Parts: sequence; structure tokens; C-alpha cells
Amino acid sequence: MSLSLLETALELGLISSITVLALFLSYSMLNVCDLSTDGCFTLGASVGAIVALAGHPYLSIVAAMCAGILSGFVTGFLQTKMGVDSLLAGIVVNTGLYSVNIAIMGGASLLNMNKTDTVFTRLDNALSDGPMEEYSKLIVILIAVVFVCIFQHFFLRTRIGLAIRATGNNPDMVRSSSINPVMTTIVGLCVANAFTGLSGCLMAQYQKSANIDIGTGMVTVALASLLIGNVFFLHKSIPVRIAGTLLGSFIFRLVYTVALRFKMPAYMLKLISSVIVILAISGPYLKSQMPLVIRAMKVRKEGRDNA
Amino acid sequence: MLSLRNIYKTFAPGTPSEKRVFDNLSFEVADGDFITIIGSNGAGKSTLFNLIAGSFLTDKGTIILDGKNITMTPEHERARVIGRLFQDPLKGTAPGMTIEENLALAAGKGGWLSSIDRKEKREFRERLALLNMGLEDRMHHPVGLLSGGQRQALTLMMATFNTPKLLLLDEHTAALDPATSEKVMEITNKMVKENHITCMMITHNMESALCSGNRTIMMNDGNIVVDVSGEDRQKLTVSDLLDMFSEASGNRLDNDRILLGQ
Repeated sequence: MSLSLLETALELGLISSITVLALFLSYSMLNVCDLSTDGCFTLGASVGAIVALAGHPYLSIVAAMCAGILSGFVTGFLQTKMGVDSLLAGIVVNTGLYSVNIAIMGGASLLNMNKTDTVFTRLDNALSDGPMEEYSKLIVILIAVVFVCIFQHFFLRTRIGLAIRATGNNPDMVRSSSINPVMTTIVGLCVANAFTGLSGCLMAQYQKSANIDIGTGMVTVALASLLIGNVFFLHKSIPVRIAGTLLGSFIFRLVYTVALRFKMPAYMLKLISSVIVILAISGPYLKSQMPLVIRAMKVRKEGRDNA
Repeated sequence: MLSLRNIYKTFAPGTPSEKRVFDNLSFEVADGDFITIIGSNGAGKSTLFNLIAGSFLTDKGTIILDGKNITMTPEHERARVIGRLFQDPLKGTAPGMTIEENLALAAGKGGWLSSIDRKEKREFRERLALLNMGLEDRMHHPVGLLSGGQRQALTLMMATFNTPKLLLLDEHTAALDPATSEKVMEITNKMVKENHITCMMITHNMESALCSGNRTIMMNDGNIVVDVSGEDRQKLTVSDLLDMFSEASGNRLDNDRILLGQ
């Protein structure tokens, strides 16, 4: 495997790991499966692309995150204040975002940024002719990932962070405490979706194009990475689990890249991530059911033998 | 202190499973009262607590706590002044979070973006040491690792961390083994007395209904049928109480757990 291929895998893995970190907050901490992730990722990409095309590469990051916050707010508001089921709220917002995203891109489903000034080209220019030039992309992505990790580490230690964790951990307790679950759910989803938007924005600028399908299947891919990380670090402290989340997305990318080397077609990515999610969730369940199945078989066999 | 005026509550009105729990119930709690509540199955004891705590609203009637009308106040706002414990020790704490983090939520000091500081950590340890359970040396253990009794004692500590105006205990020792139950009850009495907390406690243990607190009420079918306090109460025995109940309600007490306990 060539080094540049590994580097690309690492870069793509790190960009999507920001979405994985977003799901760590909404899925692992708040215990809400946010199905608007796909649409929000694309939202970040399209908003980021439009702002970058207008000549503001740094502002594009902020704009994409704000768009994410807005989308998270709508999803959270629907499920806490409007009586929409949490999964349905995500699906509805996701569907709505499809139109919103095309509208943002001015009616097009593809925006080309080949000659556009982005955060990547900015740093590339700044480091030009220096020894670090070939790593400029990686540096941009690393800055973003490290920022998100540190933010989450400190955020989850604050009073509001603890309240968000309690909301996901024991709804019974929160219901009879002075924590307002409506507030924690909405804030949690806003923060998580800000990161999803950031992730989408970076992905579009990295690929030099934003298209309407950029986020399709993102929630499953990210969940697969998250659950891989969980395998090793489920009952550890928060910082370790954040690191585990990163490791999970890295392992996922690595496996995927290796599989591509063995001539697996690229379109298999989503099937693989679906299978991983199924295995990670059903595995523990099936394991707990195994003794019962074995016992049922034994009883049936004894019945036959005695007959 | 707490006053319930003309409370009506019906569940599933207009359906075949309609259940009228309260029909014009009025009830006063004086400041510093420690009321023990016993009653038959389905008498409305837990419903009474749910109404006071705001888990659901009354159909009609007013609830006033410490001079403030809280009839329509949402549950989480009432929770700032009302502490509550359930029978299930798993209900009051977050198992995936550490003892320290759980206490930080209960303490609720500082702004939303502040985190636990050193002074608070010390305070948590000091308070936990009062429980005499060695929890102060396990600040960073997840609460899920504690036993039921330890979790219930911790919940009690959390519910009373900022002295509440009212403490509602819904059979909070019923799911614990006898020794632990006694210990938690001891801590309860101590905390209530030291902090001068107004308290209501549902129990199925007739003994502890009489020896804890200063007032005992018995409920039947949504009504308060016996209400004793002061000198009358001190002379009472468990069988007196059972007699009073059947005399007032016209039937025998049918709470199986109370009777099995005798």
C-alpha cells in the first residue's frame, strides 16, 4: 500500500471522525439516534461551499457550524416540544434538508470548488516551499479534530454537559430532578450538529466539490466507527472514550482502505458499514440469547428422547 | 407550608378504565412536619406525591407550597425545592456517571458552563463521610457499581444536598434488605431532623410509621381516613392503628405488604 493512499485514508477518516464525535455526543451521551445527520452533513457542505465560493474560506467554517446548530435545534425542538417521535424527527428534518440544501446551492446539486479559495488552499499557500507543505491538508484536519476533542472533553465536564449525560443515562432520575430534559436534549443536539456541519464543510472543501449526495449514509458510517470504538472503551472515562471514538473511525477507514486494495468496489462502503452496525448492535444481544437457545434445544431433545 | 385545596384527579376520563383517584381532597402540612403515610392498595398515596411533585397536574384544585402557588409549575422547577426518593434505588442516580458527577448535578452550583472545583470536591467528600459508608473514597467510581442501599443513601444525600422545602419519600427503604433499610431510615431521620426539613414518607412498615415523624395519616380510596399527631399518636400501637383504620373506612386494611409484615 502506497504512503499517499494511507495518507488520503487518514485524512478522510479524520474528517468523518468529526461526525463520529458528533454522534458520540448525541448517540452515546444523550442516547438519541439523530437520523438528521446525513442531511446536516450535506448542509454543512453546501453552506460551507457557498460561503467559500463567495470568497470567505474562514467564515465558511463558522457558517457551516451555525447551520448545523440550526438544524440540530429544529430536530431537538420537534422531539421535545412538538410531540414528534425522536427517530421520526430526525427523518423528517433529513428529508426537508434535501430541498434546503439544493436551494442553498442555488438550485444545483453539485458545486465545483476547483479554483476556490478554501481553508486547505490557504494553509497550503502559507506553507508553500516549506518542509511541511505536503502535510498542509492533514494539519488543517488535525487542528479541527483536536479542537473538537478538547471541546467535548471540557464540555462534558461542565454542569450542562453532566446534565446532558444524565438525560441519556437515566431519564427517570432527570424527570424527578431539577434538570430540564427539554433544554438538555436541544442543547446536546445543537452542539452535536454543529460538529456534523463542520465535518461536512471540511469534506466538501477537501474534495473541492459539494454535492447533494455527500452526506448520504453518513449516519451509518459514523455509527459503525463509533461502535467499533465502543468495543474497546465502553466503560472507561470520558477522555478515553473520546480517544476510542477516534480510534474506531481510524480502524474503520483502515479496514475499508485495505478492502479496496483487495479489489472491493468502492460502492460497497455503505453495505459494509451497515453490516458493522448490525453486528455491533446485534452481537451482544445474540450473545445474551445464546444460553436460552441452547437450553431450549436441550429441552426439545430430551422431550424427543423420552418420547 | 404545603396546602392542597380541593384536589380532583381522574385517570383516563371517559374511558372504560376511568379511575377517579381524588374527589375534592384537601390537606395541610405544617412547617417542620414529618408525616408518615400508610394506606391500602391503590389508595392514592403515590398519586398524591406525583401531584405534589408535578409529575402530572391536578384536574382541578390548587397546590400551594410555602406561600407560592405551584399548581401549574413544571416538575423540574418544583424539583428545586422538593426532594424526592422512590422505592426503586435505581431511579435517583445516573449509573454511568461517577459519584462525584452525580453529586455535582444535585449541588447545581455555578453557571451551566462551570465545572466542579476543588472546594466543591472537598464539600462532597465531607458530606459523603457523614453517611459512614466509605463512599467518600470512591468519588470516581461509577454509581452503577454501588449496592442498592448505597445508591439509596446517595440519592437521599443528593435530594437533600440543597436543603429542600419538602422531602417526599415513597417507600424508599422497601426494596432494601432489613439491615440496610434500617440504616437508610436512620440516615433519613438524622438528615430530616438536623436540617429541619418538612417531610412526607409513604411506608408499609407500621412500626416505622409510628416511631418516625410527628404525624401519621392513613389513606383509603383517595381519602384521608385517619390523621393522628401529638399525644394521641404517642400512645398508639400498631393494632390500635389497624382498628382505627377499619373503623374509619368501614373495611379492613387490604395492603398485603403491610399485613404480611405484621
